[in-house]
Amino acid sequence: MSSKRKLSREQVAARAALELRDGDCVNLGWGIPNLVSAHVPAGISVFFHSENGILGMGPRAKTGEEDYDLVDAMKVPVTVVPGASYFDQTMAHLMSRGRHLDVSMLGGLQVAENGDFANWKVPGAKGSGGIGGAMDIATGARRLVVCMEHTTKDGAAKLVRRCTYPLTALACVRRVVTDLAVVDVTAEGFALRELAPGWTAEEVQACTEARLIVRGNIPTMAQPTA
Amino acid sequence: MRSKVYASPDAAVADIPSGARILFGGFGGAGFPNNLIQALDRQGASNLTAVTNNCGSGDGELGILFKHERIASVIASFPGPHAHHFQELYAAGKVKLELVPQGILCERLRAAGAGILGFYSAVGVGTEAASGKEERNLNGRRAVFYEPLAAQFAFIKAWKADAIGNLVYRKTARNFNPVMAVAAETTIVEVDEIVPVGGLDPEMIGTPAVFVRRVVQAKGIHNVVKA
Repeated sequence: MSSKRKLSREQVAARAALELRDGDCVNLGWGIPNLVSAHVPAGISVFFHSENGILGMGPRAKTGEEDYDLVDAMKVPVTVVPGASYFDQTMAHLMSRGRHLDVSMLGGLQVAENGDFANWKVPGAKGSGGIGGAMDIATGARRLVVCMEHTTKDGAAKLVRRCTYPLTALACVRRVVTDLAVVDVTAEGFALRELAPGWTAEEVQACTEARLIVRGNIPTMAQPTA
Repeated sequence: MRSKVYASPDAAVADIPSGARILFGGFGGAGFPNNLIQALDRQGASNLTAVTNNCGSGDGELGILFKHERIASVIASFPGPHAHHFQELYAAGKVKLELVPQGILCERLRAAGAGILGFYSAVGVGTEAASGKEERNLNGRRAVFYEPLAAQFAFIKAWKADAIGNLVYRKTARNFNPVMAVAAETTIVEVDEIVPVGGLDPEMIGTPAVFVRRVVQAKGIHNVVKA
């Protein structure tokens, strides 16, 4: 089973991009979410929020055209789109924490079946760790989509009954897009919504610590059409 | 208002005592008061408390102050994996760290500047960020109490200033600078350019002069960005 092909990070990002609706204001976190901006479906336009003070962030700046006063939260020189705005850090987090953004996407370490979320620190890892904007964004998200691998590199489940890693926020995740499945957090627990091509519900359950609720035929994970 | 212009970064930081708490603007390589930081390193004050988003990148930004063990305590949101000097000191137990969620760090600074004695937020509930803090239920939601975060000094980077300290920022280099400028007793600003009073459009002022005590034009060290 483990030899079966999982989706690539780009494919996970492409599926996550289908969560976006025309006109959405969207925060993308580190990891797979950062890849989502390249997969916005044709025919819709969204405004990307960068927590260091941009609404309407555009693609990376071309070589030779970098402005080092215009960077994203990962120090990458970027551009802005028509209609963009700049603001300070307080306003940037007011937007995310105050439920003003339509969708927030974050990378994850663990998601629990009650929606609890851990993404900032691996227990026992070297270094200080760092929270950054994750707690503000997760707590204030109108719709939090977590994009991550379904299991750790060692094969440990990341969709769990209860988080054992240091928490980012309680009961905040709405949907998880992984390299094996799309799973929603519901009042009854994790509901399996889509499966990666070639995978069965039983196989994905075997990679998942918490119980997956499976009702009816589960469709294959969609990808944007060019 | 009288001119607040100082002749050099060294003159602007000359009286900072050991043990001071200093707010440092900057995020993502942009908007760091690098020339003030370097001047503070030359000045030699130690046992400092730094309030900052992150803890430097190699020797750059705050890195030099950790390299020379000037900072004993940090209140930060994301120290960062490239903050090698900080991480070494942290691993050796030579620097204390309080981690604060990034938006809460802003609001604690804003509260200090705004005369607000504390506030409740759902951010951090059930996490390490809430440990030791008062919690209560507000309209059915769990909330954590956060105290204001003031300091003796703030080191700020802006684009332009006039001689009395009105500030104009540029793009994402504003980040923490405006909110830190309001939270310190003595806000010290380095800018690319100082213009005469009346030379800035009042519509464009990001930080009004009342918050600023010292202004210095600094050339030399600009953003240190490793993308």
